Amino acid sequence: MVSLKDYEGTVEPAWCQGCGNFGILTALKRALVDLDIAPHQVLMVSGIGQAGKLPHYTRCHVLNELHGRAVPAAIGAKIANSDLVVIAVGGEGDGYGEGGNHFLHAVRRNHDMTYLVHNNQVYALTKGQTSPTSDLGFVTKTTPQGAPRPLNPLAVAIAAGGTFVARGFAGDIDHLSGVIKEAVQHRGFSLVDILQPCVSFNHRNTFAWYRERVYRLESDGHDPDDRAAAFGKAQEWGERIPIGVVYREERATFEDHLPALKRGLLVRASMDPGLVGPLLDEFV
Amino acid sequence: MSVDVNVMVGGEAGQGVQALGHMLAKALARSGFHIFADQDYESRVRGGHNFFRVRAAGVKVGAVSEDVDVLVALNRETIDLHGRKVSGGGVVLYDSDATGDTGDVGNSLGLPLKKLADRTPLKKLAANTVALGAVARLLNCDPGIAEKVVGDQFGEGEVGEGNVAAFRAGHEYVASHFPAGVQPDLRARGNGDRMLLTGNEAMALGALAAGCRFVAAYPMTPATSIMEYMASRAEDLGVVVVQPEDEIAAINMVVGAAYAGARAMTATSGGGFCLMVEGLGLAGITETPIVVVDAQRASPAIGLPTRTEQSDLEFVLHASHGEFPRAVLAPASIEDCFWAMVTAFNLADRYQLPVIVLTDQHLASSYGTADRFDLSQVTVDRGLLLSEAEAARSGDYRRHRITESGISPRALPLGGSALVVTDADEHDEEGHMIEDAETRTAMMLKRLRKLEGLRKETSDVMIHGPVEADVTLLGWGSTYGALREAVDTALQQALEVNLVHLNELWPFPVQAVTRALENARETYTVENNATGQLARLLQCEVGQRVTGSILKFDGRPFSPAYILDRLPGREV
Repeated sequence: MVSLKDYEGTVEPAWCQGCGNFGILTALKRALVDLDIAPHQVLMVSGIGQAGKLPHYTRCHVLNELHGRAVPAAIGAKIANSDLVVIAVGGEGDGYGEGGNHFLHAVRRNHDMTYLVHNNQVYALTKGQTSPTSDLGFVTKTTPQGAPRPLNPLAVAIAAGGTFVARGFAGDIDHLSGVIKEAVQHRGFSLVDILQPCVSFNHRNTFAWYRERVYRLESDGHDPDDRAAAFGKAQEWGERIPIGVVYREERATFEDHLPALKRGLLVRASMDPGLVGPLLDEFV
Repeated sequence: MSVDVNVMVGGEAGQGVQALGHMLAKALARSGFHIFADQDYESRVRGGHNFFRVRAAGVKVGAVSEDVDVLVALNRETIDLHGRKVSGGGVVLYDSDATGDTGDVGNSLGLPLKKLADRTPLKKLAANTVALGAVARLLNCDPGIAEKVVGDQFGEGEVGEGNVAAFRAGHEYVASHFPAGVQPDLRARGNGDRMLLTGNEAMALGALAAGCRFVAAYPMTPATSIMEYMASRAEDLGVVVVQPEDEIAAINMVVGAAYAGARAMTATSGGGFCLMVEGLGLAGITETPIVVVDAQRASPAIGLPTRTEQSDLEFVLHASHGEFPRAVLAPASIEDCFWAMVTAFNLADRYQLPVIVLTDQHLASSYGTADRFDLSQVTVDRGLLLSEAEAARSGDYRRHRITESGISPRALPLGGSALVVTDADEHDEEGHMIEDAETRTAMMLKRLRKLEGLRKETSDVMIHGPVEADVTLLGWGSTYGALREAVDTALQQALEVNLVHLNELWPFPVQAVTRALENARETYTVENNATGQLARLLQCEVGQRVTGSILKFDGRPFSPAYILDRLPGREV
């Protein structure tokens, strides 16, 4: 049996005291332990930002990527070794800004992986600039007149053909852990956008601010199979903010359409040069 | 004098110029001739002017000729543009339905292409096959061989039969109107078992033979046919070909797949490579073996999308911020494209770094004959790769362990207790991010130490002609065929010329080049670029300034004659 001890890292986190990232790390470890997945079965691919450091603070295979590029690297690794549980992790600047194009198309193609986005609505590692999801009017060092309209990642993911679209809250670890479990178990691209208060640079969207607003979708009678209802829930922001699985659909993954993977793991495929022999004949 | 016949087929995009040219080249290859054929096309889908040149020779050739012995004109523009290149005894075979009178260019033979095609089952759809039949007869190409090429191209059924009928219509027309054909005739002789393929096809085959099982690439001329060919064989060979949203995704997918253990590559042109360079540095610092093909085209920015240039040399040597080891190969011929890919994958795995293979539009889309690649000579050397059993035992596995060679034993994330941790940030031996000066210095030195071993791998140059000569030409990559032939012709004309050619550019083969230039008198680089990038590299790496450079940057490839005309004392 896998235990939390197996996921105990040796590197001391460089996160601020009270950072929402700690709750996310705890929730993730609990989810993996609950699913009885061992560290060597997990590949975490991360981006750049405070969130991108997360894999170093636990134990698993790690590919800490460039800023914004965790998702394509995760896709490549998953195709090469489909036995791996592949989890990409990064902040919203990393995923929805720098890596926005990759996000959009990974959702569309439905790659079999989980994507955890630590969404704190601010660029923190670079010390306080606006992010793609900063609330309208949010004043930062680079937006002294206030931030423009934010991106709605859940609505975008549903529109792009997402098959698992969810939101968690770093301040509700039990619930978040459950959402991550479902995300990992889902076959296809699972997006978990995680509300992550930044104690240093976001004094607007704080733990207290979220606690007053978040509610669990599953206690609200929401049907995650209903795409129109999901769109509705994805729009909800302000007085009430839903958390939980917003939309879910079973659909063939990108990998299901790759004939090469039907033979087994790509990393174990034969590399015999002789396989090319019949191809050479076609050129004569 | 052995056979050396040049046929040019010209017309609009959409008229089947490429298909006609390719089938003719194939028929002549099966007839036992050595072939070199190039394509000149515009960045458009229909219209414009395209041509396809086929050179058939009794000896191996690796370049196009400026002369035209037979011009096949599918439209008037072809005659206007190329008629004057037709040699004294040459023939213009033209579509008399489309062009009207040809004027006074060589011996003209009007072919009522539309009328002839309309009498065959596929009508105008097979007009280019009618022209193929006509030119095959004109060259006295064995009709059985040429017809078989048509059959192989179009398969059985209506389309195949229709094309064979079209071929015969063209063939019979020339037989009755121009029965002598041209001299020398190209009746079958010699070895007809050579392969006919493009540089890109050779690269794709080389990659597949080397065990490449993952390709992520974004379409970009002239690299696209590499991924297209591999995709067409993906099912048979168990290869995954992904077309992602952009080149940035492509290279990062390749890094992910390679990290996980698959041999992985991408292919692009200079513009796409621009988007990939951050990923190149990622492969450098994470020590991930990847192969990147840059099929250069006339640049910068969009440049001339379908035309050739060798202007990315300095770019690929320095691409990406920071310092990390890399290897750069520049295949010199179509066969070399195959072997360069095999070498690239082995170097990438053995030294755990990115390898760039630099070609260009000319090499990528030109056809040539080659003896069947000897697959028994292909080795797949994955370097210091731990077996799954070894990795399973490595409880305290450190992916970036500091070693004397700089190469760390590599485990794959395949289960077992070895956790494979790597990072785009500077990291320690375990792969976790660090900030301290000592580890940073040790890691930089470890990675750069790999260059010491790598230098021994790229230490050769290709030398052609006498050991000593009045004039030494220096070239790299795709110009080899033209340079070699220019040297041979110069030697026949009693000019003392030799060639030092590089197909491995980085680490720069300092010793071999120094030795080759020891007794050189006048030295000229010959480069398809405007500023003489090899000349600068030579000065930087071997401290030698060349006498001059013969440069061409009009988007067109060198011909041997172009080089000969510009040799010292013969400048036009």
